[in-house]
Amino acid sequence: MSLRGWLLAGAAAVLVLATLSSAFYTVSETEQVVITQFGQPIGQAVTTPGLHVKVPFAQEANVFDKRWLEWNGSANQLPTRDKKYIWVETYARWRIDNPLLFFQRLRDERGAQSRLDDIVDGETRNVIANHNLIEVVRTSNRAFERAEEAEDVMDEEAARQVELGRDKITRLILERASRVVPDYGIELVDVQIQRINYIETVQAKVFDRMISERKRIADRHRSEGQGKSAEIRGKKERELKVIESEAYRKTQEIMGRGDAEATGIYAAAYSRNPELYKFLRSMDTYRATVDKDSWLVLSTDADLFRYLQSPDAGAAARKPGK
Amino acid sequence: MANYGSGFDQDAFLRVARETRERLRGSWRWVWGAIAVIVGLATLSSAYYQVEPDEVALVTRFGRFVRTSEPGPHTKFPFGIERVQKVPVQRQLKQEFGFRTIHADIQSSYHRDEQTAAESTMLTGDLNVATVEWIVQYKISDPYKYLFKLRDVDETFRLMAEASMRTVVGDHSVTELLTVGREAIAAKAKELLSNLCRLYDNGISVQQLVLQDVDPPEPVKPSFNDVNQAIQERERSINEAWAEYNREIPRARGLAEQKIEAAEGYAVDRVNRAKGDAQRFVALEEQYRKAPDVTRTRLYLETMSAVLPAAGKKLIFDDKAKGILPLFPLGNAVGEPKP
Repeated sequence: MSLRGWLLAGAAAVLVLATLSSAFYTVSETEQVVITQFGQPIGQAVTTPGLHVKVPFAQEANVFDKRWLEWNGSANQLPTRDKKYIWVETYARWRIDNPLLFFQRLRDERGAQSRLDDIVDGETRNVIANHNLIEVVRTSNRAFERAEEAEDVMDEEAARQVELGRDKITRLILERASRVVPDYGIELVDVQIQRINYIETVQAKVFDRMISERKRIADRHRSEGQGKSAEIRGKKERELKVIESEAYRKTQEIMGRGDAEATGIYAAAYSRNPELYKFLRSMDTYRATVDKDSWLVLSTDADLFRYLQSPDAGAAARKPGK
Repeated sequence: MANYGSGFDQDAFLRVARETRERLRGSWRWVWGAIAVIVGLATLSSAYYQVEPDEVALVTRFGRFVRTSEPGPHTKFPFGIERVQKVPVQRQLKQEFGFRTIHADIQSSYHRDEQTAAESTMLTGDLNVATVEWIVQYKISDPYKYLFKLRDVDETFRLMAEASMRTVVGDHSVTELLTVGREAIAAKAKELLSNLCRLYDNGISVQQLVLQDVDPPEPVKPSFNDVNQAIQERERSINEAWAEYNREIPRARGLAEQKIEAAEGYAVDRVNRAKGDAQRFVALEEQYRKAPDVTRTRLYLETMSAVLPAAGKKLIFDDKAKGILPLFPLGNAVGEPKP
C-alpha cells in the first residue's frame, strides 16, 4: 500500500471511531440522562442503566444524578416566637425527580443548591419564628422521670406543654418547602433539624440559671440532712429521758414495796411484845455504842453494883434493872 | 458470566503474538511482539479481580448492575466494559460522635476539638445544655442500596444519627440524661435512627447505639458535682445521727434495767431480813414468856459484861461517900500528853 493509501485508511478509522463513540453512551445505576439535540431536549429522560444509542454529533447526553443528594444548611441564628435566639442547623435530602425540568430551570446542581438554600432556610426561619423554643426542642409531652435522689427544679418555661413538637415542626418545614420545589424538577425527600444551640450570650445566661438551679438543689439536700439529723437527735434525747425516768419510777416502786412488806413483818412480830423489843433493842444499842474511847460514869446505887459493897444487899431491896 | 473472561487468557495472546511475529519478519517484528505482550498483560490485569472474605463485589456492565460476587478470585470483561465496586458487608462499622479515637490500643487515646464539641453539645427537654458523646455500630445489610441509593451515604448517616440523638435528648431532662434515663435514651435514639435508615432506604442496619460520656457543660460541672456532694453530706449527717442514737439508746436501756434489777434485789433483801429478824424475835419472845424475870436479868447482865470491858474509862462513885473528892487524873484519862 502506498503512503497515501495508509493515510486514507487512518483517517477513515478515526472517523469511524469518533462516530461510534459519539453514538454510544452509558447510563450507570446512579445516573439519568437527558438527550438534547442542538441544545433542544429530545423525548423523556433515560433512566435505565446500561449502554444506549443516540444520533452521533447532533445529539448530546446530559448526565444527572439519580441518587438522593445532599443539602446541608449552614448554621443560622434565628429568633423563636418567645424571642430566644438560637443557632439552627438543618439538613435536607433531595433528588432530581424530573431531570428535564431540572435541566431547563436550573441547568446543574450548583443552581439547585443555591435555590434550596433560599427555600429550606426560608421555611425553617418562618416555622421557627412562629413557634416557641420548647416546641422545637421537645417531641412529646412526656413527663420527666425524676431521679430518686436529685429532685429537680424546673423552669416555668420548660414546663410548658408543647402543641406540635420537633417532629411535627420538621414535617411542617418539609411540607412547606415541598410545595415550591416541584417547579424545579426536584423532590424533597426529608428535612431534619440537625442541631439547635443557644447563641453565646443566651448560653451564658442558661449556664448561670443551671448553676443556680443546682445550687438550690444542693442547699435543699444539705438542709434536709441537717433537719433529719436534728430530728433523730431529738428523738434520741426524748427516748433517753423516757428510759431514765421510767427506770427511776420502777426502782422507787419496787423499793417502796420491799420497805412496806418489811415494815409489816416487823410490826406483826414486835407487836407481840413491844416492851421486850424495846429492851432487846436497847441492849443491842449499848453493845454497839460503847467502845474503848467511851467513858462510863456509874453510881454504886446502880442495880449492877448492888453487890459491890455487900453480898446481902440484893435480898433487902431487889429491883429489876431496866 | 465469569467464563467470558476466560477467553482472554495468556495462551491465546501468546499464540497471536507468535503468529504476528512470523508474518512480520524484520525490524518491525520485535516492536509488534512487545505491543502484543503489553496488551495481553493489560487485558489480564483488567479482567481479574479478587474479593476479600469480609466483602462482596458489585459488578456493573456499561454502568448497569449485573451481578454480585462472593469472596474469592473472579474474572470480568476488561477495559471498563465491566466495573467492580467492593462493599465490606461483613465488617462491623463504627461512627463516633463528640470525640475521635486517634489510636485504639490497650490505652486508647482520643481527640476532641471544636468540631466534636459542636457534635456533642445539645439542648435537653428542660432547656438546659448537656454534652453527649456516643457511638453507633452498624453493618451494610444491602450493598446495592448502600452504593446506589444515596450519593454521600456515610456523611448522611452521621447527620441522621445526630438528628435522632438530639430529638431524643430534647425530650428528656438533664437529670434523666445524666442518671436514670441513659439506657432508655440510647434505645430510643437507636429506634429513631433505624426508622430513618428504613425511610432513606440506605441499606444500613444499625447494630448498636451506645452512650459514652454524658456530662453537663464544663462551666456548670462544679455545681453538678456540688449536688452529688450535698447528697453525700446529707446521707452522712443522717447516718451519724442514727449511729449516735444506736450507740446511746441501748446503753441507756441496759442501765435502766440494771437499776430496776438492783431495786428488786433491795426489796427482796429488806423482806428477807425482816422475816429473819421477826422469826428470831418471835422465837425469843416465846421462850422469854416462860421466865420473863430471869431471862431479862440474864440478858441485861450479859450485855453489861460485854459493854463494861469495852469502855476505855470507867468511873464508879458512891453517893454515901460524902466529903471525899474523888481524884482522878483527867488529863491522862482523856489521853492528852503533858510535856
